[in-house]
Amino acid sequence: MNPQAIVEGVIAGSTIGLGAIGLTLTYSILRFANFTHGDFLAWGAYFTLSIVGFLGGMLAGLGAPLKPFSFGLALPLSVLGGMVLTVLLALALDRVLFGRLRARGAETIIIVMASFGASMALRSLLEFIYTARPEYYTKALQIAQPIGFGMRATPDQLFVIGLTAVLVAGLHLMVTRSATGRAMRAVAENPALAGIYGIDVGQVIRVTWVIGAALACVAGVMAGLLVQIRPYMGFDLLLPLFAAAILGGIGSIPGAMLGGLIIGLSEAFAVQIIGAEWRAAVSFIILVLVLLLRPQGIFGRKVE
Amino acid sequence: MELLAYGAFFLTIALTYAVISLGLNVQWGQTGLFNVGVAGFVGVGAYTSAVLTTPFDAARIGGFDLPILVGWGGAMLVAGTVAFAVGFLTLRMRSDYLAITTFGIAVALQLVFQNWETLTGGTFGMAFIPRPFAGLQSQPIVFNLANLGVTAAVVLAVYLLLEHLQRSPWGRTLRAVREDDVAARALGKSPTRIRLQAFALGGAIMGLAGAVQTHFIGFVAPGNFLPMMTFQVWAMLIVGGSGNNRGAILGAVLVWAIWALSGAAIAEVFPADQQARAASLQIVIIGVMLCLILLWRPQGILPERRPQSHRPKKEPAE
Repeated sequence: MNPQAIVEGVIAGSTIGLGAIGLTLTYSILRFANFTHGDFLAWGAYFTLSIVGFLGGMLAGLGAPLKPFSFGLALPLSVLGGMVLTVLLALALDRVLFGRLRARGAETIIIVMASFGASMALRSLLEFIYTARPEYYTKALQIAQPIGFGMRATPDQLFVIGLTAVLVAGLHLMVTRSATGRAMRAVAENPALAGIYGIDVGQVIRVTWVIGAALACVAGVMAGLLVQIRPYMGFDLLLPLFAAAILGGIGSIPGAMLGGLIIGLSEAFAVQIIGAEWRAAVSFIILVLVLLLRPQGIFGRKVE
Repeated sequence: MELLAYGAFFLTIALTYAVISLGLNVQWGQTGLFNVGVAGFVGVGAYTSAVLTTPFDAARIGGFDLPILVGWGGAMLVAGTVAFAVGFLTLRMRSDYLAITTFGIAVALQLVFQNWETLTGGTFGMAFIPRPFAGLQSQPIVFNLANLGVTAAVVLAVYLLLEHLQRSPWGRTLRAVREDDVAARALGKSPTRIRLQAFALGGAIMGLAGAVQTHFIGFVAPGNFLPMMTFQVWAMLIVGGSGNNRGAILGAVLVWAIWALSGAAIAEVFPADQQARAASLQIVIIGVMLCLILLWRPQGILPERRPQSHRPKKEPAE
């Protein structure tokens, strides 16, 4: 077994985990499986790409790589802008589509279907605007450095792992300690009752979209930085995201992160053992196993 | 004359979609089960029939050279079995788990189509699939009209079967389960079992549609069963009117016409080097249409009809 698979798996798992956190939050608080979440990752990556291009055009110095990373100051700045735009996209979609269906009292499954339709439209729109050609944030090549135990990683990869750890820890503290986090958990538990206790359910829903979309953007940029940016990147990540969220237990942030890491590592080992062409089947097999053996997931409670 | 041949070709393809849409109507319209993997089930049917009916090929498993009708039957059987397995796994759980799992099975099946080369022919697929009335191929109009007749007969047969089932006690139980799970259970019906039956039946019909379509085209390749197909069929059923079998057929023809017309319009408006990217606008149009219908007319063009009991009114309800 090549220990390098562990590095590859943890890195892919960080991206999947960050994306799955947003998915698991919307799933538990808005109570529907959101098929557009993958496209938030892709839109976030492209928003950021456009801002990078815009900033690079204005201030050439921002594009110069920050040693030892492959990207310059322009990328972190652009990610902030990309997050804002992705959040606005999610809130707008909620305003015109999901929110209206909720207000009408539509069944969950109708909202799932609407998200499926919106996801197809968003992805194709991306392909129309940016074409299907892969894009990159940087053309710089990086040499992987030895990090011990026979493993190697590039500085970018280590940065991604570190950033993921910081974001997940911060979010976990926020949800478990702050008033907003308590309100979110209350709405996930029982929206009607939470409303009676004076919690602004609409506000909680907006906060959920903000967190989910912002993390989706970061995850999308990470995937773009480590691999490439394509209109279908979000669609290809959708099954791993769902599998990670369900494996971790719907609504659980540490669960989604752990689920993401398990899926990333399983994919990396599967690539070594059976071949890269079957990579996408790994998430499906894990999903089926979870549904058979422990449908509530690792940290989840029993669902009805 | 050329227009007639094209019209027959267009309608034949549209009617194969009508069969898929009828299958989806059993699952969604009648039973309320959300299947996001329609393309996978259609693909299973297409490949099964191709393996059974193609002439022998040393490079592949299969090539049994069986009659087309055997291929159709096999397609229904295998696609129905896959649907049964997926349903068995997920139908006891919350409704959107089925959506996620069917999405997953479509991804996994797509990989099997692409990678299991000794069975499916890999990325390039399989050719030389026997076409009905192949002897008439030299006369395109007669050939297309004959195939249109066959496909229309399949649509009619599936339609009559489903209309009959809908009025039967089984169909009534199905709707009872969709409307009120608890009440149906209180009457001694098993919701999980009847849902599973409906899901498998819908899957079998989708498999049949895949077989019919593949024999008409004459070849099969993984690219024919992308998630876009699932999405088109959903748009067809929702636009036509879910729960209504005629709506399912109408929606299929209508959405396929919108698809073909928007494709032609894009080919007309955009320069040649921009057409690949502009083709994605076709999907945007269908996606927006699906969302608008869900928002403004969720019942579709032909809403579901509530079948009336044929018994005189005085008799107490069952």
